[in-house]
This record gives sequence, structure tokens and C-alpha cells, in this order.
Amino acid sequence: MTFSLLLAQLLNGLQYGVLLFLLAAGLTLVFGIMSFVNLAHGSLYMLGAYAAAVVTGATDSFALGVFAALATGTVVGMLLESAAVSRLYRRDHLDHVLATFGLVLFFNEMTRMIWGPQPLFVALPESLSGTIDIFGFSYPAYRFLIIAVGLAVAIGSSWLIHKARVGMLVRAGSVNPQMVGALGVNIRLLNAMLFALGAALAALAGAMAAPILSVQSGMGEPVLITTLVVIVIGGIGSVSGAFYAALIVGLTDTLGRTYLPLLMREFASRDVANAAGPALASMLVYLLMAVVLAVRPQGLFPAHKG
Amino acid sequence: MRMSLSTGNALPVALLAGLALLPFAAAAADEPFFTAFFARVLIYAIAATALNVALGLGGLVSLGHALFLGLGMYSVALPAHFGIANGWIHVAACVASCGVVGILTGYVSLRTSGIAFIMITLAFAQMGYFLIVSLKQFGGDDGMAIPVASEFFGFSLGSPDSVYGVAFCLLVALTVWIARLRSAPFGMTLRAGRQNARRVASVGLSLSRYQLTAYVLSAILCGLAGMLLANLNAYASPSSMSWMVSGELIVMVVLGGMGSVFGPFLGTVAFLGIEEMLKAVTEHWMAVFGILILAVALLGKAGIAGLLARSGRSNSPARKGAKGPLLAESGVQP
Repeated sequence: MTFSLLLAQLLNGLQYGVLLFLLAAGLTLVFGIMSFVNLAHGSLYMLGAYAAAVVTGATDSFALGVFAALATGTVVGMLLESAAVSRLYRRDHLDHVLATFGLVLFFNEMTRMIWGPQPLFVALPESLSGTIDIFGFSYPAYRFLIIAVGLAVAIGSSWLIHKARVGMLVRAGSVNPQMVGALGVNIRLLNAMLFALGAALAALAGAMAAPILSVQSGMGEPVLITTLVVIVIGGIGSVSGAFYAALIVGLTDTLGRTYLPLLMREFASRDVANAAGPALASMLVYLLMAVVLAVRPQGLFPAHKG
Repeated sequence: MRMSLSTGNALPVALLAGLALLPFAAAAADEPFFTAFFARVLIYAIAATALNVALGLGGLVSLGHALFLGLGMYSVALPAHFGIANGWIHVAACVASCGVVGILTGYVSLRTSGIAFIMITLAFAQMGYFLIVSLKQFGGDDGMAIPVASEFFGFSLGSPDSVYGVAFCLLVALTVWIARLRSAPFGMTLRAGRQNARRVASVGLSLSRYQLTAYVLSAILCGLAGMLLANLNAYASPSSMSWMVSGELIVMVVLGGMGSVFGPFLGTVAFLGIEEMLKAVTEHWMAVFGILILAVALLGKAGIAGLLARSGRSNSPARKGAKGPLLAESGVQP
């Protein structure tokens, strides 16, 4: 019983962690390389979830829904980049906060205008709605799919950054954009592609999360803030840091919510534990971040520069 | 210091004078809505002015000031829940909680700068938000009603009129104080640090101590605004600690003019005024508002105060090139 609970919680934490990684990967690159604060990243996640919900509902194909989310993320990302974001790279962070805050309000209200305040739900296809048995312990197949997709994206992005030519240019651009530009590389196009890739990954995260959450306006903000915590813990601009930090945060949050109230009952009276346990659990990842920052302000796995 | 009236600050001073008379006019016209609405404007103006100490003078982009607004609200709500109406205890709770939380979060946050600072202040505010949400015995998500208003030697903040009066006086006092602070050594050091931290360090000043002081001062003042808001609404809810409120406070400061004396006040009037007008036109006002904020960000950040100072300068060619005495930080971008 307790072992299977632990295993289930570990898998839940892993699944939450890889979803956070999908969001964090794009955001940390935009932060680290373009030095751009993008609060609207959560809106891209929300748009991805809506695209998946609408297309899946219309075509009965979840695969098409995911594809639509990727397309939406890429297109909206490119539009945003060329219309607003590219004008703000050279400005200071306050302008970034302001502009993307405006975009968050805009996107939240747009989705409410089009689809109303009621949440949408995504039905899973038969093949994914079952459970898988391992060692006599069953776990939803769809959550395994999320973990697999997240790990595949992690491997893919690691290959892209460390082995592919585009990744080499991105890394070079993060160290010395002027020099890369002088060598004849279109650095603006590179930035736009990077932004669109991050947007597509955020939309993918939204599409993957859509069947296990309710799709509604404003769903992007809570997860955005947790993603920011991931990025700060992992070290801004570091994709591998984002991966480890996403898993740490995912596991800490999930296990904390399950075990902290139980653990506190051992030390404190039932009333105190019932009150303080959930409170402490919901603050746990932020406390973790505060401790990491107090000890290592640059994050646990900072990007190697220079 | 020189407090001459230029075109630049004639408008905000006239606005303040008008606001001093507003409750009487509202009472005469039997429109109590206006008193309550403008009391909210004044309270948010206090919060924005408080944020301006950290953001405008110190250049500290804190995306977590709603935390202090919320602490102020709950330092009224929690004692009131247990039947303590003594306003001095509320003030003490507010100053103590905002001060301690400000010092702790400020100390950790100021170890970083730039993007990381923004995200850390945001994360700390979320931490406070989730703490309040999970405290079910104090209303949790739904917030809690405040049964008794703060009372100072028999003067109760129970009516919108009394909150209005206190908020007005506090805002005026704060504005005068900021005007003096800007050109005091403390304010000068902060503003210098915003422009070039390395030079400030080479003069031998410890900038981070100044920044921490500014951050904590800003936190406590924001808490006082929260206290007034709690009394006005007779309600405290975690939604006023959400990160959206922190964002709105930043918009108010930037819209008005960062680092200027009247900027946060003007920005708040503009922000809440536009919000109220859009609400009357369409229920989807937020979409329009979002685009407006985006436009403000793209256009630059001299704000309303900067615009007024510029128009003041072009009207009197003799003073061309002279800085408006009170308005517009040098960060006015062409």
C-alpha cells in the first residue's frame, strides 16, 4: 500500500516535472539568450490547450489536436515575436514585464470572449485511457505518454543545442551576438526561430496537460509562475539546468503535498498538522527556491558562458 | 527645496485639490459611489507611490508588491476576526509584518538582479498568496469579512468618508515626502545606483543597503495602503495578493511616470479611470486594456508626468532645457 502510493506519487511528480520542463525549456532560452522576460509564456500554454481541446472535439483525434497546438504555438509565437517582442529586446526588463503583462490580460480575455468562462474538457482516445500494469501496480497509460514525450523533448533539445549547427549558432549568439552577426548569420531570424520553438513547446505542454486538467481562461498563470521557479533554480539560460530543476520541483511539490501533512501529524497535534501541512506544502517549492538563491544566486546548474 | 508650480505639476495639484472637495460634492449630490470609488483610487495611489520608492527611485522591478498590500489587509482582518478593533494594534501588526517580510525577502532577492530579481519577488508574493489560500480557518480562497473597522482613539475607519479622509491625508503627506526624498542624499544615492551601480560603489557607498532600506520602506507603506483597503471593503481576500495586482501596480507607476513625484498618483487615476470607463462600454474591457498596456510599453516610459513636463517646457521657451523641478526622471527617452 505505502510502496504503491510512493511509486504513484513518484510517477506523478515525474509527469508534472516533464510538463514543467516543456514550458521551462523555451522560457529559459528566451531569458538567457535574448535576455527577455516573457510573462506571456503561460498564455501560449493556454492557447495550446485550447487548440488541442477545440480540434480534438471537432475531429475526434487527439493526435490532430496535439498537432494543431504545435501549429498554433509556432504561428502565434512568430507573430508575437515580429509584432512586439523583437522591438523590446534592447529595452530594459521593466518594459518586457509591462508589455507581456498586457498580452496576458489580452489573451485571457480573448479566450473568455471566444469560448466563454466555462472550462472545456478533452476526451482521451480509447487506446490511451486505460492503465498499464507494472509489478502488479497500475498507472494511467496517458501519464506514461506525457513522461515519454517530455523525455523525448529533453533528448531532442539537448541534441539540438549541443550537436546541431543551429544549436551551435544559438550558443555562439548567447555569448557574442555582434560577432555572430558579423560572420554573416542572420541573428534576428535565429532569435525569431528560437522564440517560436519555445512557444511551440509551451503549446505542446498545454496540449499534453489538456486531458488531465480543465481548459480555461487564466490556466497559464499558475503554471507560469512555477516555471519561473524552475528556471531560477536551474540557472537562467541553461536547458539542462531547466530539466533537472523541473524534475526537482515536480517531485518536491507532488511528494510534499502528499507526505508533508502526514509527516507533520507525527510531530504536531492533528489540528495544527491539518492546518499547517497543506499551507507548508503549497509553499514548499518557493521555500526551495529561496534556499537555493540564498546559497547559489546563479542557480544550481548555471549555463556555461564564455 | 524648490516647490514652484510649473505647468508640469499644476495638473496633479489641481486634481488633488479637487479630490479634497470630492466627498462633500458627492454627499451633496447623494452619490456615495464616487466617494467609495475615489477612496479606492487614493488607496491604490498610495500603494503605487510606495512601489515608486523601490521601482522608480531604486530601479528595483518588484513584481511582488501585492504581497505587502495583502499583509496590510490581513493585519486588519486577523485582529478584527478575534475582536481587536484597536487601530494602533493593526498598524503595529502591519508595520511589523511588512517590515520583517520585507527585510527577509529583500535580503534574498537583492542577492540577484535583473530578470532573477523580478522572478524572485514574484515567487515570494505567490508564496504568501498560497499561504493565505491554504489557511481554511481564515476563509482560504474566499477571503474573510472584517467585522470591526480599525479605531484610533475613538475615530473609526468604518465609513467610506473616514477612509477617504485618511487616505487623502496620507497620500498628500507621502507625496511631499517623496518630493523631498528624491533630492535628499538617500534618494540621490538610489537614483545614482539605478544609473550606474559601479560608480556608486566606487564612491564608497554600499548600494545594496540603500536598496534594502528603500525596498523595506516601500513594503511598509504599501502595507498601510492595504490596511486602508481592508477597512474600505470591510473584506480581505487573497485575490488582492495575486500577481495580477502586482502587475497592475507596476503599470500604474510606469503609466504615470517612474521616479517622478506625482507620477504614481496620475498613473493610478488614469489606470482606474480607464478601467471604469471601459467596463461601462464592454464586459471584455480587459482585452482592450491589455492592448493599451502593450502600447504604453512599446512607446516608452516617461509616462504622463513626463508628457506634462515636456509640454510645460515647450510652452515656456525661456525655460527650455531646464528640468521640470519635480517631474520626470532623467530616464525620459526621446
